[in-house]
Order: sequence, then structure tokens, then C-alpha cells
Amino acid sequence: MTELLVPIVVATLAAGTPLVFAALGELVTEKSGVLNLGVEGMMLVGAIAAFAATVASGNTWVGVIAGMLAGAAMSLVFAALALTLQANQVAAGLALSLFGLGLSAFAGKPLESIALQAPLVFRIPLLSDVPLLGPMLFSHQPLVYLSWLLVALVSWFLYRSRAGLVLRAVGESPVSANAIGYPVIAIRYLATLFGGAMAGIGGAFLSIVYTPMWVEGMTAGRGWIALALVVFATWRPGRVLAGAYLFGGVTIAQFFAQGAGVAVASQLLSSLPYLATIVVLVLISRHPNIIRLNAPVSLGKPYHPDA
Amino acid sequence: MHVAADPAPPRLALSGIRKIYPAVVANDGIDLAVRPGEIHAVLGENGAGKSTLMKIIYGVVKPDAGEIRWDGRQIEIAHPRAARSLGIGMVFQHFSLFETLTVVENVALALDRERDLAALSRRIEEVSARYGLPLDPRRLVHSLSVGERQRVEILRCLLQQPRLLIMDEPTSVLTPQAVQKLFDTLRQIAAEGCSILYISHKLDEIQALCHAATVLRAGKVTGNCDPRQESASSLARMMIGKDLPVCEHPQAKQGGEARLVLAGLSQRSEDPFGTDLRDIHLSVHAGEIVGIAGVSGNGQQELLGALSGEVPLANAAPVQLLGVEAGRLDAGLRRSLGLGFVPEERLGRGAVPEMTLAENALLTAHRSMGLVRGGLVRPERLRAFARDAIEKFTVKSSGTEAEAKSLSGGNLQKFIVGRELLQSPRVLVVSQPTWGVDVGAAAFIRQALVELRNAGAAILVISEELDELFEICDRIAVLAKGRLSPAVRARNTSVAEIGMWMSGLWPGAGNGAPEGTSHVA
Repeated sequence: MTELLVPIVVATLAAGTPLVFAALGELVTEKSGVLNLGVEGMMLVGAIAAFAATVASGNTWVGVIAGMLAGAAMSLVFAALALTLQANQVAAGLALSLFGLGLSAFAGKPLESIALQAPLVFRIPLLSDVPLLGPMLFSHQPLVYLSWLLVALVSWFLYRSRAGLVLRAVGESPVSANAIGYPVIAIRYLATLFGGAMAGIGGAFLSIVYTPMWVEGMTAGRGWIALALVVFATWRPGRVLAGAYLFGGVTIAQFFAQGAGVAVASQLLSSLPYLATIVVLVLISRHPNIIRLNAPVSLGKPYHPDA
Repeated sequence: MHVAADPAPPRLALSGIRKIYPAVVANDGIDLAVRPGEIHAVLGENGAGKSTLMKIIYGVVKPDAGEIRWDGRQIEIAHPRAARSLGIGMVFQHFSLFETLTVVENVALALDRERDLAALSRRIEEVSARYGLPLDPRRLVHSLSVGERQRVEILRCLLQQPRLLIMDEPTSVLTPQAVQKLFDTLRQIAAEGCSILYISHKLDEIQALCHAATVLRAGKVTGNCDPRQESASSLARMMIGKDLPVCEHPQAKQGGEARLVLAGLSQRSEDPFGTDLRDIHLSVHAGEIVGIAGVSGNGQQELLGALSGEVPLANAAPVQLLGVEAGRLDAGLRRSLGLGFVPEERLGRGAVPEMTLAENALLTAHRSMGLVRGGLVRPERLRAFARDAIEKFTVKSSGTEAEAKSLSGGNLQKFIVGRELLQSPRVLVVSQPTWGVDVGAAAFIRQALVELRNAGAAILVISEELDELFEICDRIAVLAKGRLSPAVRARNTSVAEIGMWMSGLWPGAGNGAPEGTSHVA
């Protein structure tokens, strides 16, 4: 049993990690009142940028940073449209997703046949020697630990720091925040950039760690699942982590089921994570107050500084 | 007041302030001076330019021309942060609080160097005790009453040790008793040397509280006076340029049949920050106006939704319209029974901002006025109906094709009331009929309601303005914390009694909530 448990847990955490990054970034963006539906596009552009930079430099960390910067650059396009030019946030976000899909496919054409070596896992000294828990929790890719660290940091930032308080205030009522003197647009820019950078890291994890190669459209809807995760987590960082691993687990369960020869069409099994997303969203929507008490009140509403 | 021989320069002196918006000159050469420790009224109707002037002082809006002096020194106030560092605090009419945050978090957001929330909580408790503004710093703002929210705003200013406090229409959300408490607090603050700018259109309050007044009309200063030396009518003449209009209100004929009956209406609020309605009983008869007083947030939204049909009930019986059990009918079906409805939000609920007046007229009158035949609009009849509403209710607009949002608040309200009244509703439900409407239009609308009553309609008016209710209503009830008091004859009660009831204390109100725990909000 334990021989099977360890690889299942390790694979689940790996499958969930890109979702943790992307959803955590989107959570911060949404807490400032900005709805950026372009996560899928930002992840893809982050993935191809990270892949290309890793191929060129031979260094994984150069790739991660390239992915982060590419994701942030994409979100800057969105911010310019939606925050400076006051374009509709939903339309601008959808456009960004489609743009990212096309741009990454175009840029990735020459790199399609290259395969990278996946970076080595990092075993945390001592802790990784603990029986069972060691291999399950403390023998992972460095980015997995980074995602845990970021969940803790974002949680502290939002609920313990003054800057986080200001961010939440801007997301609840930009008019009031402006009235007491906070630069609403600048704060929303920063939150949007953070969301883009995190989506970029999520994409980088996919293309240089999880499946170390480039395939067109390789995020396969993870950006959209990340968006759903934010709602699922009712805008709480800790629950994003739990939710991401839940979806990661469903993804892995599908592989194990196929491997075990369960007589169900593989296409149906592959749709499980998406079905699970829909089921979960329906379930939590039955308690509208849970969402309404936690959701940023002015989410997705444009703010005109002069109005 | 020591007006002439005071050697100290005014705390704040404005001269020649001018601000032009695309369509309107909001401030046209305004001069204003406030002395240390003075409570200075800025009096004017809606649209007179008061709010723009205050936004200029608080650094939200930049003036196009003019000079600002602070303690005699010429300055520029570029943004609210600059205003705050000078010592200017502002209590907004529509609160600038964050509902999902706690009191202490809200206060911390306004203070530049406050990081330790525990220490700040203790300071809040200290200051609130000193000024008689009881507050629990740990509570979430959405759970506070409107009066308590105002306390948060005032405390937030006081903690910054302000030298000038701007109060924008502070009493519009308070019960009469709470107004007296607020005045005591303001007098105490002024006695400590802080100047107060008190913005209002309520003459009696200004006479009771303020040492000096600057009167604005259409963006210009039309008077400087000591309000204690003036009469209400002389102040009114400065404010609106003529005498206050009076509403003709003959006695109601009694004995009309009950047309709108609420029989044990209970309804959970759909809004997590809302108020549940609890066992409401009321009947409105033909030929009378019944008023519902109360501070908003006590179930007004929920009651309106249940009456209009926007939020259909689970059972039919609690709402009876003209003898029909109508609880489960939607808004359209209730209208075809003979219900007219004027909500308090003009734009978005009473009228679609981007649609023309004719199209807006079509939205509620298509059945009762026969404006549609065989699924097609009859444009001639529609335009005639809209023109009728515009002419009979003296709506200033460019005609039936004017967009609703292009009208001023008062004119749009006259149009919406006109649209409903011309359909001769047998029952009319009106919320805040004159909210944000200038005095002339308000008097016109009140008179129109009284005339509809005289013609035999049953009218229910929900309003926060007690003066208005006492002017036009035959009977008055109070909505507090989702419960409705008995309706009493307006002639047999008083503002003081209704004010007491507004905090939930009426004879027999005790069941469920012990009276000792209720407090004036």
C-alpha cells in the first residue's frame, strides 16, 4: 500500500503546483477588485518563455524567471487595457487568453521537437529521511516548496500586513479608498502584475518541470481551473492550496485508473478534473452568502478616478 | 461671536473659488471664511455647489481658479492625503467605510502611521468614551447600524486630531434623538478649538447648531449671516430665492375600503447585510396616505421588494392587493391589478439611464395605457403619453426622446412620479419620493401625491424624512429592525414619539428583544 501511496501523493502535489501558483496570483489580483480572465494565456506565454530561456541558457532558474517576467508582461497588457483605458475587464481578459494561446503557439513552433531534462528533486535534509512522510512531503521539486512559501506569505500579507489591508480595501470600495487618499489604479496595477507573474511561474513549472517539453496549448485549461479555484477557495490562500491538490488528485486518479485498466473510455476519464470543477462550483453556489461575504465587493467593476 | 476684532487669521479662507464641469458651473467665485472653533454652516439646495466646494477643500477635486488660505498662508490641496496632513477631516454623507472590514481596520486605513491594531483599538475605546460615541472596535462594519457607522467616520476623523472637520449632511441618516447627541459631540469638538463646516439644507438644524452660515444658490454665494439672528423664511429666501412652498393637505375622508393589506409578512433578506422582515401587519385604505418612517437599513429594501413583486414571496396570503392574495405574483402582474410603484433609486430601478423618456414610460405603462397592440408598440400613443407626463409634471427636458440620464435628479423624479400617477393606480407604493430633489420639485411631488389620495387612491410612502411624512401622511408607522410599529394618526403623534419608536421602542414591541438591550442608533 505504502509503495503506491508515496508516488500518488508526489504526483498529486506536482499536478497541483501549477494551479497553486496561478490561482494564488489571481486571488491577489481579484482581492484588489480586478477580474483577469487571461490566466490561461498568461500561463501559456510564461510556459513558452520559460522553455525557450531554459533551452538557451541551460539553467532552470533562468527559465523560471523568464516565465515570471513573460507572465507579468502579459498582465501589463491587460492592466493597460482594463485599468488605464477602462476597457471591459471580462472582454479584455478573454482577449488576453486567446492572444496568449496564439502568441505561444507561434513562438513555440521551432522548439516543438526539443526535450529538456527535468530538474532534480530537492530532498530537504533530515526531514526527507522520516519514513513515509519524508518521501511524500519533503522530496520535491524546489518550486513546490516555493509555492508553499508563497501561500504562507500571501496569507500573511493579506490578513496581517497594512499593505494587504489597503489592497482588500481597494477591492471592496475603490471610491472610498480614493476618498481617504489611496492610489487605487496604482494598487490595482501592482496586484494585476503579481497575478501575471504567478501565472507565468505556473506555466514555467509545466513546461520545464512537469512535462519538460513544449506542446502547443499545453496548459489544457489549467488557467480556467485556476480561476474556478479562486471562487472555490472563497478567496482564502490556504483553501487555494487544498483545492489545487484536490484537482491535482483527480488528474492523477485518472492516470492510475487508466493504468489499472478500468474499462472506461480514457477521454471520459480525462474530463474528470473539469467535471469535478463544475460539480464543486455548483455545490458552493448553493450557499451564496459564503461567496458574498468573502468575495471582493467591487470585483470586475471598472473604476473611474474622476467620477 | 467675536467677529470684528479677532486678530487671528481664519482657519480656512477661500476666495474666488471656481469650478466648471462640462455642462454646469458648479462653483462660481465662492468666498468663505471659517474661524477657529466656529461651527460654520454651508447651506444650499441639491445642486447648489456645496458638495463640489467640500471636495475642493478636501483635495478630491481641483478648482479651476481661486485661492485657498490655511491659517493665513496660501496653499494648494492636491489630494486628500494633503488635506489630512493639514488637519482636515471629512465625514461623508454616503459613508466611505469598508463593509467587510472591522471598525479598527477601517480606522487604521485612514491613519498614515498606524500599524499596531491592538494599540489603535485601545485608543478608539478611549476617544469614543470621551466624546460619548460608544463603539466596539472589533465589530465588522456591515453589522453596524447607520448611526454607528457615522460614529466610525467621526472617530476616524477625531483620531487624526483635526483642526477642521467637514460634516456632509450628517443628520440625513439619524433619528431625532441621535441628532441631539451628535450636536452635543460637535459642540464639544468645536469648544476644543476645532473648526467645523456643517453642510445641510435643514434650516432648523443650522439655526440650532451653527455660529455662522454661508448660503449658496446655483454655484454662487447668496448670503452670509448668523443663522441664530435669522428666521427660517429669511434663510429659505437666500437658499431658494423665494418663500418655501407649502403643501395643501385637507383632511382625509375616512372609511375607504382596505386596498393593500399586509397580514403577517415575514421574509428573509436576500442580502447577507440586509434585515429580515418579521411579522408585519398593515392595511392601507382607499383615500389615505400611510407613511413608514425609519432609518434606512431597518428592512426598507426588503419591504419594498416584497410589495413591488421584485422579490416574490413563498406564500400568497401575506400581501393582499385589492382583495387578491398577491404574495406570489411578480411585479408585472401586480401592476396589472392596479399597483403603481416608485422606487428610491431613480437611475437603474425607476428608469433605465440609457433609454429615452418615452421608452422608460413604456416600461411600466404598456399594459394600463394600451401602448402595445398585437405585440407591437404604438409609437403615437406612447409619445402622447410621455409628452403628457412631461407637460403635466413640468419636467425640464429636451422632449420625449431625451435620455433619462440627461435629466437632473428632480426632473427625472417628477417624470417617474408623473408616469406612475397618470396611470391612475389604485394603490401606489412610493419610496423616498423627494430624496435628492430640490425644494420646489419636492413640494410639487408631495402635492401630486396628496391629490392622488384625494382622488381615492391608497398610498404608502416609505421615507427617512420625518418632516415630509408629517406633511403629507394621514397615518404613520415606524419600521425598525425588520418590525413594523402600529400605524397611528399623524395628528395624534409627534416627531419626538416617532423618533423614539425609530429605535425599536414602541408599546408592545418588547417580545423577543428585551428593551434594555436596544439603543438609539
